Amino acid sequence: MPVKFDLPQGTLDLLILKVVALGPVHGYAIAQRLHQVSRDVVQVPQGSLYPALHRLENRGFLTADWKQTETGREAKFYRLTRKGRAQLESEAAGWQKLTEAVSLILALSEGGAE
Amino acid sequence: MNWWHRVTHPKKMEEQLDKELAFHVEQLTADLTERGHSPAEARRLARLELGGPEQVKEDCRDARGTRWVEDFFQDVRYALRSLRQKPGFAAVALLSLALGTGATTVMFSLIDGVLLKPFAYRDPGRLARVMEQTDWSTPQGNLWSFTYPNYADCKAEVRSLDMAAFLIHRGTVNSPGAAEYVVGMEVSHDLFSVLGVNVALGRMFRADEDKPGADQVAIVSHRVWQTRFGGNASAIGSKLIFDGTPYTVVGVMPADFRFDDSELSLFTPLGQNTSRRMKERGIHGTGVWARLKPGANLAQAQTELAIVGRRLAGDFPKTNKGRTFIAQPLKPDVGDTKETLWLLLGAVTLVLLIACANIASLLLARAVSRERELAMRVALGAGRGRLARQCLTESAVLAVGGGAAGVVLAAIGMRPFALLWPGGLPREQEVGLNWHVLTFALAVSLVSGLLFGLAPALRSSARHLSRTIGAGSRTVGRGSHRLHGVFVVTEIAIAVVLLVSAGLLGRTMLRLSALDPGVDIRNVLTARTALSPAVLANPDRTRAAWAELMDRMRRVPGVETVAMVDTVPMRDGNNTINYSLTPADPTYDEKQPMALANSVTPDYLKVTGIPLRRGRFLTEDDRKGTQSVAVIDDVMARQAFPGVDAIGKHIWLGITPDPVTVVGVVGHVRQWGLAADDQSKIRAQLYYPFAQVPDELVRRWSELMSIAVRTGIEPLSVLEPLRRQVSGATGDQVLYDVNTFEQLATASLARQRFLLLLFGVFAALALLLASIGIYGVLAYLTSQRVPEIGVRMALGATGPQVLWMVLRQSLTMILAGVVVGAGGSWFATRSLTRLVEGVQAAEPSTVAAMVAVLVMAALFASFLPARKASRVDPIRALRQE
Repeated sequence: MPVKFDLPQGTLDLLILKVVALGPVHGYAIAQRLHQVSRDVVQVPQGSLYPALHRLENRGFLTADWKQTETGREAKFYRLTRKGRAQLESEAAGWQKLTEAVSLILALSEGGAE
Repeated sequence: MNWWHRVTHPKKMEEQLDKELAFHVEQLTADLTERGHSPAEARRLARLELGGPEQVKEDCRDARGTRWVEDFFQDVRYALRSLRQKPGFAAVALLSLALGTGATTVMFSLIDGVLLKPFAYRDPGRLARVMEQTDWSTPQGNLWSFTYPNYADCKAEVRSLDMAAFLIHRGTVNSPGAAEYVVGMEVSHDLFSVLGVNVALGRMFRADEDKPGADQVAIVSHRVWQTRFGGNASAIGSKLIFDGTPYTVVGVMPADFRFDDSELSLFTPLGQNTSRRMKERGIHGTGVWARLKPGANLAQAQTELAIVGRRLAGDFPKTNKGRTFIAQPLKPDVGDTKETLWLLLGAVTLVLLIACANIASLLLARAVSRERELAMRVALGAGRGRLARQCLTESAVLAVGGGAAGVVLAAIGMRPFALLWPGGLPREQEVGLNWHVLTFALAVSLVSGLLFGLAPALRSSARHLSRTIGAGSRTVGRGSHRLHGVFVVTEIAIAVVLLVSAGLLGRTMLRLSALDPGVDIRNVLTARTALSPAVLANPDRTRAAWAELMDRMRRVPGVETVAMVDTVPMRDGNNTINYSLTPADPTYDEKQPMALANSVTPDYLKVTGIPLRRGRFLTEDDRKGTQSVAVIDDVMARQAFPGVDAIGKHIWLGITPDPVTVVGVVGHVRQWGLAADDQSKIRAQLYYPFAQVPDELVRRWSELMSIAVRTGIEPLSVLEPLRRQVSGATGDQVLYDVNTFEQLATASLARQRFLLLLFGVFAALALLLASIGIYGVLAYLTSQRVPEIGVRMALGATGPQVLWMVLRQSLTMILAGVVVGAGGSWFATRSLTRLVEGVQAAEPSTVAAMVAVLVMAALFASFLPARKASRVDPIRALRQE
């Protein structure tokens, strides 16, 4: 089994927004999706998933309705709001910039200051 | 779901949260079972994965953003429940808070209505009062009302102000309806437009009516319209006779119109006045109000007024030298009411503080006894902030409940209280419940809630709580002792301040009531008298009318003696003059001695019972044409002729070029009122015969004269017969401002009596609350010490020893409170001496008596818990653990 990482602070919200952006989805599915897509590298503490969902809903990034799943159960499906999409874009862009900067720094050769 | 929806549907939110988490667990369980775990194992793993369900739920609730609201309601419910469990405590706390906030709110509503509310005119902030100002002073200060020519010049030359003038005009209205003496005003035609008020009916004055010889027109008050014209619109255009002159009514003022707090009966155009005052720069009395023109400010107005002042001082040095003009923001003039109101607000605030300290110590006692419960809750994960918030919520519930009850009390009490005000509360009609007052009441409740809630709240979150669980019930935190001590000391100290103030006022009342007014106040009736306008035109006819009037009065059964007097003792109004012992021209000058001059008829001495010390009093032989004479009082005799006989000496009064000769010395009369006279600047008194008033002044004097009647029976019972006698052939002579000497003497102490009454009530309340407070604290502290006392008694301590131990503890707190309170009393009595006439510095005996009362009450309150402690059964106390 590969080494598991704890999520860096604040990235859980970004990941949730990204997953929800793909279409209405319930909490359990979000957990599964994160699990699969990250190829088990990222450990999502399920205990913090729901508080995060509720927080995002409270801030108006997500909205939710109760719907039937394919198995006929009722579940709470989350959707992205317009505000949430904007938030996702700005956060994703921010993340992109950050990782680029971090990889640039890591790519510096020893004593590489020109 | 929006925030509001989430707040209002907490139950639904909970259900949905449960459902959502259950769904997650079931899905995970199903997946795990598929992967080969046994169902039971799968369920266990799924739960493990999610974490503690309660913890997750709590986090979700926090994330919802409605948490504090839910907590708040939960806290409120908890607070109500715990208050219901202790109905005695809740009742005492709510009652004392209701009384405290209620009383403070009433005082504030008075302050708001009387002092803070601007005049009810349009844009009152741009109105100004314009005065003449001299660079020298009289005892009345250096501000003067205007003379008409000065006003006319200022109005013409000052561009930044719209100025309007007015002149009080008293007189008799005798048609339509019965004769009545009223206060009216001559006004420049633009006064009402400057104020921004309009007539309710008819029209205002036109500029062309504001000139000599114009049609005689009048605007009447709503009251006159109602009483004399039956509130009929046909009043406009009908005639009204005022001071013998017929006026055509052109307008009716609105019912709520007040001019500078007075309800004037009628207005006539000032420009129609043709008396000397309209031309001479020496006759003051014209009031001037102004409105700043758009864009102008007060500083510009001041500059312009000063320029006019300088020019007039150069042009008319005889009257205007050293004289300029100033404009001040127009504010209601409420006299000494301001000081009284702040004084009372201070006193009720002290009562409220005692109530707060009381509740704080009771709450603290409960918080301490709940310490173990609180410690348990901290151990179970409650945040300290959360506990403090819960404590504060409990106080806030009390505070808001008490405050609401207080507002109800205030709403019921404020009007009756305002009407109770001695001598009538100025601007009384402005006092009422409005949003200022409600905001104040809310603020007072919340601040007091914070005051009494803070100590228990801070305590509930204190760090040492965890140790509490370990500690047995045998110890009480030292900090709690100290805090309780602070509350008791505060209560005692404030009670001392209020008690000493009340004692001081009581002592003052006793002293002032025992003072000799200088006249025999029994069976004397006084009243101002308005003669028929017809007889006032001619001095000889006026004198004859007075003589005839007094003759008719003497025939009324029960009347013994009748006299005329211009200033009645202890009543408002006075006539101070400069006098000189050399033939110098006695002008207004600070250095010149002053006296109260009183023109009277010879029987005045008999009516009032003023003792004759030397020489003779005025007689019927002191007439026009005989030697001018005067009688002085012993204060003036000492002041003007120290060490020599005053009889036969000359005094120059400035009324005539010739001096008056002193023919007698009489006793001093407390003319300014029982409270005020001893401290007033001008105490010398001089009587001169009304018969010797120069002809040209007879009319003016006659407008001010009163009659004084000594009766053999109850004085008010002769009033109606007197009125009938006075009414005269023309039916237009009236008596008004009717008082007995006894009423005047009582009224001159009304303010002191009123303050004494209120401070007495406040002090009694303070005493009661402080006693309850000290009883509560000691009962609590001793109950905490029961096991310790048990040990002491088991080791041989006797009942009296335990009793003394508890009493000593309370005595320490009481004495500390007395010391702090004595310091506070010093400030309180100093402000009382400064603000209330007749109050002198507190005698040590007063302070000692009041402190003794308090210490006795406090010791009695502590005796009950002490006795209970001394009867502790050691066996049971030790088993109590």
